[in-house]
Amino acid sequence: MVELVLFVVFAAAALFGAVTMVWARNPVYSAMGLMLSMFSVAVFYVSNGAHFIAAVQVIIYAGAVMTLFLFVIMLIGVDKAETRTENLPLQRPAALGLIALFGAGVVVAGRSAWVTGRTVSPGSPIDGSIEEVGGELFNNWLLPFEITALLLIIAAAGAIALAFFRDDEEGDA
Amino acid sequence: MIVNQFLVLAALLFSIGIYGVLVRRNAVLVLLSIELMLTAVNINLVAFGQYLQDALVSGQVFALFVITVAAAEVGIGLAIVILIFRNRSSANVDELDLLKW
Repeated sequence: MVELVLFVVFAAAALFGAVTMVWARNPVYSAMGLMLSMFSVAVFYVSNGAHFIAAVQVIIYAGAVMTLFLFVIMLIGVDKAETRTENLPLQRPAALGLIALFGAGVVVAGRSAWVTGRTVSPGSPIDGSIEEVGGELFNNWLLPFEITALLLIIAAAGAIALAFFRDDEEGDA
Repeated sequence: MIVNQFLVLAALLFSIGIYGVLVRRNAVLVLLSIELMLTAVNINLVAFGQYLQDALVSGQVFALFVITVAAAEVGIGLAIVILIFRNRSSANVDELDLLKW
């Protein structure tokens, strides 16, 4: 019962944050809406036993990534004059039709079995503590973990290269 | 623990993210919407991981990988947005038609 109430409250918060993000004219409000969504999603992680992922979500997403976004929004200025008019004719009716089709698909899928394949084992619930996740990460998922490290290094080097080489030295970057 | 409500919520968040990517013209807002979509996928991964009670904790480990990739993507993406803004003094994706002929 407590779980249901928690889910309803934070699902409403997540959806409100997401809609705010999409609709707000001011990009700062959009970033704040996404931050609200991220915090609510962290609550869902906790209710699924993923305590470490929830902490990572709050620290990385709601902390680092959103700070980066706010920095960039402040750097390039808050442009509220974004046009909302559609240039393509028939796009909005077509979008409504596709949304209806998608909703019908969800309803049809909801009437059949939600999860196919493996049945639920009556094992103990996953405890997503740092110990548990770290043990699996460094034993069975070591290679993907190292590849992720490589990816992060490449991304950091790429970001530095993008910022470092100005366009007055053409071709160097 | 029922998994359905998390799947519905993740689908809704993902759809809102797709809507944001398609509708907003500010490049920063497009990146924000992509973050929302990645988060929706993470909800699915963690919920399924708990539902199947996988011995490898693969749902949570994959959510961790997705968060890492999202962080890398945001770093590069925002660097590109700043560069484009520096060159064209606009972060409007409609005006970036350099490759159009």
